[in-house]
Amino acid sequence: MVVGAGMVGAACALYAARAGLDVVVVDRGPVAGGTTGAGEGNLLVSDKEPGPELELALLSGQLWSELAQELGEAIEYEPKGGLVVAATPEALTALTELAAGQRTAGVETIGVAAGQLHEVEPHLAPGLAGGVLYPQDAQVMPTLAAAHLLRASGARRETGRTVTGVLRGADGAVRGVRTDRGDFLAPAVVNAAGTWGGEVAALAGVTLPVLPRRGFVLVTEPLPRRVRHKVYAADYVADVASDSAALQTSPVVEGTAAGPVLIGASRERVGFDRSFSLPVVRELAAGATRLFPFLAGVRAMRTYLGFRPYMPDHLPAVGPDPRVPGLFHACGHEGAGIGLATGTGHLIAQTLAGRTTDLDLTPFRPDRFPEEAAP
Amino acid sequence: MTERPVLAVIGAGPAGLAAALAAAARRVHVVLVDSAAEPGGQFYRQPARRLGARRPQALHHQWRTWERLSEGLVAHLAAGRVTHLSDHHVWCVERESDGRKTTGFTVHALLGPEQERSVAVRADGVLLATGAYEKVLPFPGGTLPGVVTAGGAQAMLKGGLALPGRTAVVAGTGPLLLPVATGLAAAGARVTALVESADPRDVARRARGLAAQPAKLTEAAGYAVRLARHRIPVMARHTVLEAHGRDRLESVAVAALDTEGRAVPGTERRLTCDTLAVGHGLLPHTDLAEGLGCRLDGPAVQVDEEQRTDVPGVWAAGETTGIGGAGLSLAEGHIAGRSAAAHLYGTAPDPGEWAAAARSRTRLRAFFAELDGAYAAPVRWTERLTDATVVCRCEEVTAGAVREAVGALGAGDLRTVKLLTRAGMGWCQGRMCEPGVAGIADCELTPGRRLLARPVPLGVLAAPPEPRRRPGEPTSPR
Repeated sequence: MVVGAGMVGAACALYAARAGLDVVVVDRGPVAGGTTGAGEGNLLVSDKEPGPELELALLSGQLWSELAQELGEAIEYEPKGGLVVAATPEALTALTELAAGQRTAGVETIGVAAGQLHEVEPHLAPGLAGGVLYPQDAQVMPTLAAAHLLRASGARRETGRTVTGVLRGADGAVRGVRTDRGDFLAPAVVNAAGTWGGEVAALAGVTLPVLPRRGFVLVTEPLPRRVRHKVYAADYVADVASDSAALQTSPVVEGTAAGPVLIGASRERVGFDRSFSLPVVRELAAGATRLFPFLAGVRAMRTYLGFRPYMPDHLPAVGPDPRVPGLFHACGHEGAGIGLATGTGHLIAQTLAGRTTDLDLTPFRPDRFPEEAAP
Repeated sequence: MTERPVLAVIGAGPAGLAAALAAAARRVHVVLVDSAAEPGGQFYRQPARRLGARRPQALHHQWRTWERLSEGLVAHLAAGRVTHLSDHHVWCVERESDGRKTTGFTVHALLGPEQERSVAVRADGVLLATGAYEKVLPFPGGTLPGVVTAGGAQAMLKGGLALPGRTAVVAGTGPLLLPVATGLAAAGARVTALVESADPRDVARRARGLAAQPAKLTEAAGYAVRLARHRIPVMARHTVLEAHGRDRLESVAVAALDTEGRAVPGTERRLTCDTLAVGHGLLPHTDLAEGLGCRLDGPAVQVDEEQRTDVPGVWAAGETTGIGGAGLSLAEGHIAGRSAAAHLYGTAPDPGEWAAAARSRTRLRAFFAELDGAYAAPVRWTERLTDATVVCRCEEVTAGAVREAVGALGAGDLRTVKLLTRAGMGWCQGRMCEPGVAGIADCELTPGRRLLARPVPLGVLAAPPEPRRRPGEPTSPR
């Protein structure tokens, strides 16, 4: 029983089904109705410091490229690579150090000197200090990816049903879920409710400190391909890793298979506030035109916002919950949920099938937070 | 005297003009921001001056009302009580606050027609009179050149005085079809049929309110006379099945509908024509209201008795609050303008002052609610769409692709269909295709949130707003 029909829920369904389990996916909305439908579809290793998240990203990247063999076109999989640029020599030094650590952890990195940047990205602004190219970075269209993985899983899709309770037996073990339209019985329940994962955990009587971290994306008119990679400034990595609730923006620019250029990324903890913020969107536009001056004359067609599932230590909750037998968590991936979905689904399927997991799940333990850290 | 409070009125159609006059008469400085070159909106769309139309009133009814509005505007403009910013395309209204309450608004507008530079106008209050846009439903052949929307045909008639084609069929549903058919005929086109899917008996039964609307009754009778004079056959409870043509429209297939909304076998006919004007009613423009965070009531902006939205300092009037024609827009605009004037001076308005307008508002809303029920789009229209029928023109998405997104991929709402098919991601941002997609997907028509009301160059977004000049005056463009 997977709660959540977003990217992570779809990946859990796919790998669980391929491990031989009968899977039902339930969601109060449609497929990809939450954060999945509001994201850019990044599959990144470049923005992760060496550690458990990077290991999960590398495993996921491998699984994504395998899935791309069967579904690549349908989900607009594009292994276009990422280019991280540094504006100043100091930033370049920090970036180069980060890249060295990532290389040790198994990431492919290629240093790009200032003079070579325009061979890699011809329309970049002049005067940048240099950059690092990450060939393993890729992209999918996240809504298509969630929908097609879910379809490929063969799982029963029960969308439009709100989970109102987690059913538990006399021994405390999970028996299934209660929804507004009936009960579903299952010996295992996977919480893949993303930003709303804390609410599902609470229904099972446990705390999981998932908080919304709002982000805006700007989408331009369709263009012939002028931005080849995902291009972002080196300070993005620091913003991703920050704990601040205040607004942070760092320019992230990328072309898409469909033509429009996507521009991110803003981060702020303002609860589930869905109102439009012109200052945030102005900062995104300013950052993007600094990286790519030609964008000043390109029109933004639309902007949308979403809520990343933020965890206090920036690591997702993946694996069984020792507090409730039969409950598994697969949520809290912040802005990396699309990229980390395949690895997460694969690891969850391994635990569901009682196998040894490919990665040590200790850093992702759902009960690693003190109780008072709950929202 | 202290400086007058500034009210930004967005839209210079009937509602915006009535609001502007009402507020300006009560010592409020009004900035009337509008995308057209001349005031009047869609209803009183004016021919370009260079065309030198001798009798523009021939295309309009309620010409006297327009003359009064127009004269009032001229007087307020001359006295400096109203600033009219024409060719200003508003892309965002920004609410400013001191962290606790609203301190004012900034209206951001691109200058037409290039829309490459933007100005900002500071105001103490905002009145949204952004009107409506046409509801478009797809049908096989609907993308052939020669097929236009009913409103598009009317705009061409009113604005350009150009005759869109020689042999025309007017089809769809709703009261707008009448002036379009008679207008085309008066301009010299041969209108071979007015194809209306509603049942006239149903319209008559539902619109009992007609009896209480002498003006509407006269209007309807007037159209009947004109339809007869131009020998326009009315095919009631009929629908267009398909438009045919090689490179452009050559004919349309029409058929009678049974009470279930199915085409009656054996009633299909071909009508030769080079122009097909199709209309299915209107939808409120709510983009700016949504950007401000105003609550909607279905597809329209929700307002109270004073035409206030739930966001303090923001009023809405006219078709953005629900479709109801020019008369209702005038009444709502008048009330909104008076309410805004009072509140901007920190006083409570006296609703007794606008009792007549409020009565007319009540009557017209009830009337249009009944009319709306009678002129609902024909049921089962989606069954007539082939999988190859184009639903979203910008992104060339077919009915088949929408059906696949719903059936095989699990989309249950407009947003997910859009994300899975790209329907609604192009230049019109779904304004044209949302009703069609919602019909095929059999889901609620919840318009996408268009937080940018129109495409904005990134350079404009990136430029920091200029320091303010005098309230109500636009900043210099950048």
